[in-house]
Amino acid sequence: MDYNWDFNSVFQNWPAFWVGLQGTLLMFGVTATLGMSGGFIIGVMRYIKHPLAAWPARAFVEIFRNIPVLVQIIWFYYAFPILTGIETSPFLAAVLGISLNTMAFSAEIYRAGIQSIDKGQWEAGKAIGMNFQQSLRRIIMPVAIKRVLPALTNRGIEVFKMSTLASVVAYVETLNQAKLIADLNYNPIESYTAVAIIFFVVLFPIVQATYAIERVLKRGN
Amino acid sequence: MTELVRTENLHKQFGDLKVLKGINLTVNAGETVVLLGSSGSGKSTLLRCINFMEIPTSGSVYVNGEAVGQEHKGKTKYNEGDLCKLRARVGMVFQHFNLFPHMTVLQNVMEGQLTVLKRSKSDAKEKSMTQLERVGLADKADTYPSHLSGGQKQRVAIARALAMDPDVMLFDEVTSALDPELVGEVLKTMRQLADEGMTMICVTHELGFAYHVANRVLFIHEGTIHEEGDPQQVLRNPETTRMKEFLEGHALFKLPEKTAP
Repeated sequence: MDYNWDFNSVFQNWPAFWVGLQGTLLMFGVTATLGMSGGFIIGVMRYIKHPLAAWPARAFVEIFRNIPVLVQIIWFYYAFPILTGIETSPFLAAVLGISLNTMAFSAEIYRAGIQSIDKGQWEAGKAIGMNFQQSLRRIIMPVAIKRVLPALTNRGIEVFKMSTLASVVAYVETLNQAKLIADLNYNPIESYTAVAIIFFVVLFPIVQATYAIERVLKRGN
Repeated sequence: MTELVRTENLHKQFGDLKVLKGINLTVNAGETVVLLGSSGSGKSTLLRCINFMEIPTSGSVYVNGEAVGQEHKGKTKYNEGDLCKLRARVGMVFQHFNLFPHMTVLQNVMEGQLTVLKRSKSDAKEKSMTQLERVGLADKADTYPSHLSGGQKQRVAIARALAMDPDVMLFDEVTSALDPELVGEVLKTMRQLADEGMTMICVTHELGFAYHVANRVLFIHEGTIHEEGDPQQVLRNPETTRMKEFLEGHALFKLPEKTAP
């Protein structure tokens, strides 16, 4: 195949790509924070045997884990406003779709992490007078987090990439900007290749850094 | 003598399984009481009911003369906050040590003092070092538990419980998971505590410890106190057939007595 690559149009439009990347980073920051902190609460609720905590959490996880994120974003953008009368911006619709899904998945990761800790650790905390929250915070989570860090990292990468789904409701992020640039300059090959490169270049070093963190944490034990 | 722990008609049931069937036990300050019994007899459950690791099905527990829980329409209600305060005053040591793996020895011993008793860091550290010296492990303060032998781990666990200044110490088969050669150092530490006047309730299979250290031995069988008394008395001349069988089981492969040359 003798295609003549011409990235000039991409470089000329770099400001537009930069705007898109900022949108991607914002989406990632918000959805990862909401998803992983909310997921922690739901994960703990799943762990507690009390039916008032466990059942709603179970329902939440099953619902948002089994509906595609793309469908959720579209639903929150088009269906939700009609049902409730509350307007959802592209940003809000995408944040809801991606965060809820991330909460469901990370809840399961946290729950598995907590369950992997020996019951004796809870007992030891209890025996020196700790309540549930104190044991969780001081004894269980520091060890559990180390164990689930690889799984959480995977989820984080997934969340970063899921931000592109927000382009479907025209939220301004990298893929959406690339589409505009491609349409204006008739350079879909270069534009979309640029998107692929941008994602790789941003994610790869972050993932390497988390490996390094894992190694440091392991040394602690 | 002042009474420290008392249970009154204590019952514990797991589903349909009745584990404790009315235990009346009084432990006085400074006493070392050993609970003996075969597995499933309820001795560990009894111990765990005293600091409410298990909530008794019925009956009362008094610690330092105070009843634990509030009477409410004929049933005793237990408030989680009160139970936490109670557990902070009752030390417990487990069969499997249960040290916190992400903390050094010193941090393990300091943890309860900081998080539960809200002592200052310097107070907690000083107290911890005193207790680590007491169990002979002050030089291991900055070591992580994974680098310790089983016997050392168990002594750290004892120091961790002691650092809370407990009224009474509960030992739940603390030498059962140890290599035989490491049992001695832990029993020695426990004996030293008993000699120093600590009130102790011990579930153990170490008959020698019971014989030499305990003030009183209770034989638990099928959820009741089957036989009790002075260790030199009941371990040598048990009255009930069940306890006789239990002791014979333990003595099956004992070394023969040395004959004088």
